[in-house]
Amino acid sequence: MVLEAKEISFRYGKESRQILNDFSLQIESHERVGIVAPSGFGKTTFCKILAGYEMPDQGEVLLDGKPLDTYRGYCPVQMIWQHPEQVVNPRLRMREVLKEGDEIGEDIIEGLGIEEDWKKRFPAEISGGEMQRFCIARALGKRTKFLLADEISTMLDLITQSQLWSFLIEEVERREIGLLAVSHSMPLLERVCTRICYLEKS
Amino acid sequence: MKEKKTVLNIRDFSVSFEQYERGFHKTVLPVIRNLDVTVHEGEMVAVVGSSGSGKSLLAHGILGILPYNATMGGEIWYDGELLTPKRQKMLRGNEIVLVPQSIAFLDPLMKIGSQIRKGKKDKASKARLDKIFEGYHLKEEVQGLYPFELSGGMNRRVLVSTALMGNPKLVIADEPTPGLHMDMVRRVMSHFRELADKGAGVLLITHDLEQALEVADRVVVFYAGTTVEDAAASDFQAQETLRHPYSKALWRALPQNGFQFIKGTQPYVKELPDGCPFGPRCEYCTAECQKEIAYREVQGGRVRCVHA
Repeated sequence: MVLEAKEISFRYGKESRQILNDFSLQIESHERVGIVAPSGFGKTTFCKILAGYEMPDQGEVLLDGKPLDTYRGYCPVQMIWQHPEQVVNPRLRMREVLKEGDEIGEDIIEGLGIEEDWKKRFPAEISGGEMQRFCIARALGKRTKFLLADEISTMLDLITQSQLWSFLIEEVERREIGLLAVSHSMPLLERVCTRICYLEKS
Repeated sequence: MKEKKTVLNIRDFSVSFEQYERGFHKTVLPVIRNLDVTVHEGEMVAVVGSSGSGKSLLAHGILGILPYNATMGGEIWYDGELLTPKRQKMLRGNEIVLVPQSIAFLDPLMKIGSQIRKGKKDKASKARLDKIFEGYHLKEEVQGLYPFELSGGMNRRVLVSTALMGNPKLVIADEPTPGLHMDMVRRVMSHFRELADKGAGVLLITHDLEQALEVADRVVVFYAGTTVEDAAASDFQAQETLRHPYSKALWRALPQNGFQFIKGTQPYVKELPDGCPFGPRCEYCTAECQKEIAYREVQGGRVRCVHA
């Protein structure tokens, strides 16, 4: 499959500055693409548009040539966020958070080192690293075809970072999921990605 | 070389929490077990540990602002004298400043400007604040706003500004940069470095080893409530100069050093093993590791490992 962002322009509201301007990018299923860009480029915004959380002012997002919003039900493009604590419902136990995903397999839970005991807890009762594992699992549902990873390991210690990425690389390779990774760390992207895009402010 | 004065010396520091489980049944959670840190004048020391390992409690312990159900053990020496609760009260906010982890530490009912100036209205402190804010791209209007009117990143920069206002002797920065852009992180870090170069002791508490290595003189590695190693930042250039197996594992996990990982996770406080907390994940673990382990000097640094 191919995920394609075509000449995307975007800004938040009328008064704010232009964030993305005629930006295009193409990712194929077998690829792991890294994005390096200066701060304020709109990397997170771009991920949100690709995952369908924001509509671009101009341009379109195509999945296999069809606009992403014509895919009904589960969105095949899933995003993992930088701050896991901001994207889980604080009033759900972690077990319920996992159920928000698309039939998350036991092998994923095991592969990410999620322990049975953590599932009983509320988000406030586990650490950031533990919570990010749940968020990664949640995004790896059965029908996920593309994965967007927006600075997913900045809040983790090095060992956890390396654990989670090793699992992710293996999983997306096996299931032919296309990956887009955003990070400020060049050595990390060089390890993880098959192709790296260097972007400059337009 | 002149021996530099020790600003802060923490020995065998511990923090435990009392918790109620089912009715009146009390349990004690030892969150920090053995923590040893020293900070000299003009030195920047980073305490590096993963999230949830209890690093923030160290900062709160030094300032005496731990919650009521926490019990502290060990000794904290500041400027050659034992840091008593009375001295803590006197010194915090003056000689000792904290840059807290959460922006919730700002007073929501006080305007930014007077909050940072601590109510002072003289010209000198106004000019000083203007200059600091300028460096952080904060407009003058910000001083007349309340914390809720600012973005997360702006509030974060306001917090850092508080440390630059006075002439602190000891700065404790507790994860001061999450949610900031890389450029801003570098700038904030360079300001802490400047404070150290001017003679203050800076204690940086962070999970980010790479960031710590860029600015700090020494790095203290913290694992599951215990300081396992105290090393010069330059020791992290090669695996061989490191002393503890956990520090070595961290080194190997750097993307540029192989990106290797070890299995498992840091143990939860309730399930801590006896002796070395890293024991269950360590390839060199022997029966000796399950006993009390001394923090000893090895090659100019310190390590809590029998095999080093």
